[in-house]
This record gives sequence, C-alpha cells and structure tokens, in this order.
Amino acid sequence: MSADTVENAIATPDKEQPYAALGLKPDEYARIKEILGRRPTSGELAMYSVMWSEHCSYKSSKMYLRQFGQKVTPKMRERLMVGMGENAGVIDIGEGWAVTFKVESHNHPSYIEPFQGAATGVGGIVRDIISMGARPVAIMDQLRFGAVENADTARVVAGVVGGISFYGNCLGLPNIGGETYFDAVYQGNPLVNALAVGVLRHEDLHLANASGVGNKIVLFGARTGGDGIGGASILASDSFDSTGPTKRPAVQVGDPFAEKVLIECCLELYRGGLVEGIQDLGAAGISCATSELAANGDGGMFVELDNVLLRDPTLTSEEILMSESQERMMAVVEPGKLEAFLAVTAKWDVETSVLGEVTDTGRLVIHHNGHEIVNVDPSTVAVDGPVYERPVAYPTWIDALNADSASVLARPTDGPTLREQFLSLVASPNLADKSMITTQYDYFVMGNTALSFPDDAGMIRVDEESGLGFSVATDCNGRYCQLDPYQGAQLALAEAYRNVSVTGAVPAAVTDCLNFGSPENPEVMWQFQRAVEGLSDACQAMEIPVTGGNVSFYNQTGDVAIHPTPVVGVLGIIDDVARRIPSAWQEEGHNIYLLGVTSVELDGSAWANTIHNHLGGRPPAVDLEREVALGSLLHGAALEGLVTSAHDLSDGGLAQALAEAVSRFGVGARVYLDEILERDGVDAATALFSESTGRVIVSVDRTDDVKFVGLCEARGYPVLRIGVTDQRGAEAELDVQGLFRIPVTEIAHRSAETLPKYFG
Amino acid sequence: MRIGVITFPGSLDDRDALRAIRIAGAEPVSLWHGEHDLQGVDALVLPGGFSYGDYLRAGAIASHAPIMSEVIDAANKGMPVLGICNGFQMLAEARLVPGAHTRNDVQHFVRRDQHLIVENNTTAWTTKFSAGEEINIPLKNADGRFIADADTIRRIEDNGQVTFRYFGVNPNGSADDIAGVSNERGNVVGLMPHPEHAVEPGFGPDTATHMRSGLDGLHFFTSVIERVLA
Repeated sequence: MSADTVENAIATPDKEQPYAALGLKPDEYARIKEILGRRPTSGELAMYSVMWSEHCSYKSSKMYLRQFGQKVTPKMRERLMVGMGENAGVIDIGEGWAVTFKVESHNHPSYIEPFQGAATGVGGIVRDIISMGARPVAIMDQLRFGAVENADTARVVAGVVGGISFYGNCLGLPNIGGETYFDAVYQGNPLVNALAVGVLRHEDLHLANASGVGNKIVLFGARTGGDGIGGASILASDSFDSTGPTKRPAVQVGDPFAEKVLIECCLELYRGGLVEGIQDLGAAGISCATSELAANGDGGMFVELDNVLLRDPTLTSEEILMSESQERMMAVVEPGKLEAFLAVTAKWDVETSVLGEVTDTGRLVIHHNGHEIVNVDPSTVAVDGPVYERPVAYPTWIDALNADSASVLARPTDGPTLREQFLSLVASPNLADKSMITTQYDYFVMGNTALSFPDDAGMIRVDEESGLGFSVATDCNGRYCQLDPYQGAQLALAEAYRNVSVTGAVPAAVTDCLNFGSPENPEVMWQFQRAVEGLSDACQAMEIPVTGGNVSFYNQTGDVAIHPTPVVGVLGIIDDVARRIPSAWQEEGHNIYLLGVTSVELDGSAWANTIHNHLGGRPPAVDLEREVALGSLLHGAALEGLVTSAHDLSDGGLAQALAEAVSRFGVGARVYLDEILERDGVDAATALFSESTGRVIVSVDRTDDVKFVGLCEARGYPVLRIGVTDQRGAEAELDVQGLFRIPVTEIAHRSAETLPKYFG
Repeated sequence: MRIGVITFPGSLDDRDALRAIRIAGAEPVSLWHGEHDLQGVDALVLPGGFSYGDYLRAGAIASHAPIMSEVIDAANKGMPVLGICNGFQMLAEARLVPGAHTRNDVQHFVRRDQHLIVENNTTAWTTKFSAGEEINIPLKNADGRFIADADTIRRIEDNGQVTFRYFGVNPNGSADDIAGVSNERGNVVGLMPHPEHAVEPGFGPDTATHMRSGLDGLHFFTSVIERVLA
C-alpha cells in the first residue's frame, strides 16, 4: 500500500483528487492548495474535508453564533469559568464546585441505525464532559419522532430508547429527564439530542490544548477501527490507492463498558495530576483531536501514526485519521509523568500508546510507515475554516400561516365536551405518560437524584455534606418555532427557565442544540437567523449565558424541513436539595394557587393540534422580565418552604398541569375556574387549554397561606386561589366545579395507555 | 465493624453501597477486584453494575476475578456476603448461591419501585425484618430473570433459601417470583433489587404517600451489623 506523501504531493501537483466526493467545494479545495502552497496529500485532504464539514466547522452558523458571545452583561460573566468554544461550558456553583453541561445532536446516525446512533450520542456527549476534568453525573435526552401511527416510528422509537437505555444504564449515569415529541415533520428526520452534566472541583478543570514542548501525545481507550468513517465508501474507493476493506459502516458502534472504565481511569489520572491537556475523540477522530489540541496550544505537534493501536491492521492512513471509533481520548502528558500515567491506564486495563509530542514548529506533522503524510498549520484545519454568509429569505408561506389563528376554532362551553377534550389531551401522544420509555432508564444510580422525570426538571445533589445541587431542564416547542422562530426560541428558553425555577433552583446557564433543515435553503437560513437572534436576545434579557451547544443542519428529507427545533437547556443552582419542590402535590387539604394571567393563546397549542389538527397563528406572547420575576418569587418561596409543589403550565395549559398534578401521587383536587374567568375575561376552554406563559400552579399548606399570598403581592405577581387538594386513594377525583368531574384513576389510565398501544 | 465493597471494572453502584454502609453505622471499606486482600473486613457487598459490560454472561467474568478466591473462602467460612443485582449474578456464577439469571422476559431493562415479601428473616442480612413483611426496594436490571431447574427450585423452597419474593408484579419473569436467595447456611444472600438505594430520605423509592421516602433497604445493613456484633 502506498500512502500519498508530502513529497509525492509536491512531485505530482496535478493529480486528480476526490475533493468533491468528500464534500468540499471547488473554492474550498483551491483555498487548501493556497494555504499549503501545493496540493494536499490524501491524508491532509481527509483532515480538511472532515474538519471543514458543516458538523465540525459551523461554517454556515458561525457568523450568527457570535451573538451569544456579544450580547452579554457583567452578571452573565459572574459564574462563567469556561464559555463557548471548549468541549463544554463550565460554571461556578459555589463551595469550590463547578458544573459543566452541554447538549448535542446525534440525529442522522439515529435514523439510519437508531440503537447505535442513540447509544453513541450518549457516549459522545459524556466524553465531552470528561474532557473538562469532570465526573459525569447525569444525562437527559431530547427526542422527536415521526407520527405515532406511522409504522416506521415504532422501529425508530424502540431502537433509540433501547440504545439510550443500554448505553446510559451500563455507563452508570442517572437519566433524569428529557423530552419526547411526536410529529409527522420528524418522520424522515427524527431528532436525538443528548445532554450530559458533570461536576468538578475548581482546581480539576482541564482544557483541550497541547502546550509545553516535549510533552507527550498519548492516545488511550478503545482501539481504532473502521467504524464511523464519514464518507468511508469514498475513501475506500480507488481514488486513495487503497487496498484496504471497502464500504465501512458510517455509524459508530458503542461499548459503554469501555467508556465506564475510561471515565474512572480519567478521573484517577486527574486526581494524580498526570494530565496537562485532554481532548475526546468524537467527530473526525484523530484529525480533530490532533489539530484542535495543537491549534489551542503552542501550535506544533509531531505524531507517528504507526503507533495508533488498531482493531483492523489493514486500515489506511486516511481511514485512521478519519475513524470515529468510540471510547477514545487523547492526552498531553509531561514526559516525567508518563510512567505514572501508564500505570493508571494499566490498572484500568485501558490500552494506551504514545503517538508523538508537542513541538514548537507551528506545524502538525504526521508520519506513517516512515513517510511524512501530513504537514499543516493546525489552525488552518481546526480554527480558520471557511465561513459562509448563506442567502436568507423570508418564507413565502409564513404570513398566511400567521394569519390562520386558532382563536376562531370552536371552543366548547359545556361540561361534557370540556371533559372529553380534557381526556383527549391527556391521552394525546405528546402529553401522555412516558413511563413506557422512562422505566427503561436508571435514575437511582449514584444515589444523588433528588428529582427526575416526570418532575419538570431533574435535580442532582453535588455535595453530600451541604446539600448543594443543580437542577436542569430542556424545552422546545417546534410548533411555536414554525410559527415564529424568534419568539419560539425565546419561549423555549422561558419554559426551560420556568421548569428549573419551579424546583426551587436559580437558573444560571444555558446550553442549546439548534436543529434545523438545510442551510442551503434560504428560508431555513432565515429560520435559523431568527431563532439565534431570539435566543441570544432573550439570554441577555434574562441575564443567563449560553455556555455551549451544537448546531445540526440538514434535518430534512427532500424539500421538506423539520420544524425549527432549537432545544434549550437551562441549568440552575440550589443551595440545598432538601428544599427542592416536586411538581405534584402529595397532601390533602392544601390550597392550590395559579400564578400569572391567562389570555386567549391557543395558536400552536396542544389543544389546537389534538382537537382540531390545526397549526397556525402566532405563538403565545413571552414576557422575559416577568419570567425572571416569577423565578425569583419561586426561589423566595422555596427558601421559606412555603410551597409543597409547583408545576409549570405549558403544553396543554392548566388542564394538563392539573392532570399531571393529581395523577402523580393519586391525590385529587377541587378546582374552580370562576375567578380566572372573571379577572382575565376568558372562557372556560381558554382557562383550561390556553398556553399563556409566565404561569405556574402551586400547592400551599394552609398554615403558610398568608405568607405565600403576601409574598406574591409584595412582588406584584398576579395570584389566584383556584382550588384545594382533595382525598387520595381509589375515590380520588379531579373536580372542576360546575363543569366536570373525572376519577384520578381514569386520568392516569387514559394517560398511560397511549404509548403502549403504539409501541408496546 | 467494617464492611467491604468490591469494585470490579464496570461496577456502578459501588459508591452507593459504601454510602449505605456508612449511613447504617458501619465503616465502609473499598476493595479492588484485582487484589487478593479483603483487608480484614467483617462482611462483604458485591455491588450492582455491568461488570465487564455483562459480556459472556452477566457476572460471569467478574466471578473469576482475583479477589473472588478470597471471597469464596470467606463465604464458605461463614462471612456475611450480600450480592446486589450484578453482585447476585456473580454469586450465582461462583456457585455461592443457587440458580442463574437470564434476560428479563420483557426483553428490556426495567426500573421500578418494587415491592417484595421477606420470606426468610433468619439470614445474616434479614434479621431486622419480620417474616412475611412487605418492603419496597428499587429494582433496575436487564438480566434479572431468576431461573433454576425444578429440583433446585423445590430444594431451595423447602430449605427456606428463598429470601425475597416479588410482590404485586413479577418484573422480569423470575421463577416462583423469586427476587432473592441465600446459601444453605444463610450467610450469603443475593437479590436483584437494590437495598442501597433505599437508605436515605429524599433519594429512595416513592412510597404510597411520599416521593423518594422509602428506607426499607437500611435493614439489610443494620441486620448484618447486629449479626456480626452479636
């Protein structure tokens, strides 16, 4: 096998290269030649092609993402230890502790091979967390599937849920929440996003850079194989003069056991102070890790590719450079600590090889079989990729869509019809009980899970002595974003913020996963532009920084893009998890209050979708200042222990919140809507099903009534007593007085039977 | 009173077992699979997890770990040993308790707050329970289906070696609803549910009235402390 060497590239300047098949445009190829002053070797071409891909370079999104760094206030920097651009952002949560978290997409692999795609999605995001020096402590998944009744949906659901269950459980990380939505727009493009959170002491923070000339570059973890090579069929074609195996699978295969051992091994290495810099191997494998480490450090690196331990000895140098084999890490190690480093990896039976060292040449030089096959300035690979200002066009269809409001749809006024619609919503796939999925996830492991699904946010204790912890929630309503991506993105942030606030935690940081259609479609690019503007404006208004995230484009089949789906994750801090607030009441005789006001906001709602199969109009108004005030009010109430439960009102409005609050612990409620109708000037259907923002229901022990109402009034936040919690047990019911009564068992049953009916 | 917890590659609930021992009032001691040293502990816990990724069979590879020769010796001499979930699978693979485990009948991982009946309260790990008591212990496993041939089942039923039985729901298709068994002597107990996850208010299973408030797991550890100190 003859590798294409630098010498050879100089000698044969006119050799035809398959740059187009590797996804590079003619002008990008020309730019590579200009940078190098010659044609690239096949290895260099492989590196540039993957690192300049949309996935790795953010070339279509970069110019917009800058806003997250620009729209900041001093308060947003207070807790920020590491911002965007690293493997994951890090925030200071006090007492010497820090938290790192990030959400990432694994959409395309999960459609092709749902089980492995979803499994390795978990594995990848967890390695980002380890790379920061943190112990991973929780995961969540944000899933969007096609229509429930479509036969292919069951295949994807079973595979994705099985993959997350397999990988996450075997890795020993509690799965504490997430989202599951069904909509036909995701039929050909399901979304599988994975979020992970890690904790670390401040002094354990690690960054991905290769500094210190003479320091060793060490690759450890699983062996490198032929799995996950993007465009493998191209690489293995004649163009690369390869005699190696052809048609390698493009989806990676996960080994959670290897990753679990890798976590423990890395943490022991950190404890021993044996690592100077570290980077996980994800997309673009060794190409990415070497070029990013070198570009972020002193700029030079020498690597001997022969030292890479291989699963398959027939791999070509290009394949080794591009392989996305899972469960691998690359560390920068001082020579004097190498022996101790190798002792730790040997203890954990983790295979390790020294690939090379940090140099001061400013070049990333890679040798294979005695030949120089790569000699590049690493920043041209990892940092200075192309940036595009894609054409943007206001969608031709959106004015008509916005004009088609749900407010003109028939709203029932009689009890029996309201009752029937209430139950239809409860049983609708997006609002139905997701236990069929979540009972396949372990939330007990590690013993620190204070809240998890179906609570509005997951919560983890960080410090067993003080009770310090964090709460995290993710949200996105793609239907709102289709109606208005600017407002939809803000609504996603507002909802996640509220979901964290209802647990008693104080929101502190944001991560996002921006799932969109093709950036080459100007109307999709408009949606993206508007969503990023909306989210960055909202973060600034709420004074909460985006610390990292991910962009996933090309989520479209043919001409039909998914709804814009900017998933927003918010992480909050709680001083003592013992003061956490659950999302459902557990006691009889507590008063139920509704915070916030209700208007006719049914456009894009679950009610419009379920009852009328309608999507049109304008999404609910969002008042960010009011959301912050609500969060502050809930935090105050939690500190004084004034509320026994708090539940966000969002999809399905008050109706769904009540359904969840009574069925969780089987404690019924008597509710009266009259005062809402009177104060807000709305009808009963609106009171039940509107999705107006800034609203929460809470339960309050009667002895705390005066204090609680006083707190709300002092803060000027609208509050109404709307009922009282009732008896538990077989006789428990939800009594919406004057309209309808439903046994709690019936609500729970209708909610629970939907998913098993389609996927059981 | 020192209780050891052995960490194998892929152990997941080892730190939780150490915490439970501390909460119960004993001194937890972390032990490593690759060493031949029990560090003089008075009792042992083989924790849950996916040792060696459950490759080959759940618990099969770990049951041949270096430290297992000391574990088997100690168990045969009467040291209290508790195998939880993957630890139960290891005990079965090492033939310290009867039976074996296979894939859940539902063919996927199951996590639930599981009700059990304490069938035998005379083992080293169950004296703080009453016979026939209903307890609530989190369950989470993929290969938790207890199986044994008919003669073995009859024998362990007759001997009182069935320590725990699933109540209400048999979550994985286990024979005779068996959730946990002991050796003949009663010092070695294995069960699929996780008592170490029902020891701390706020982090246990949901009870009939309150979230995450179940503490029934604590009695496993207080039982063995009483037994050893007796």
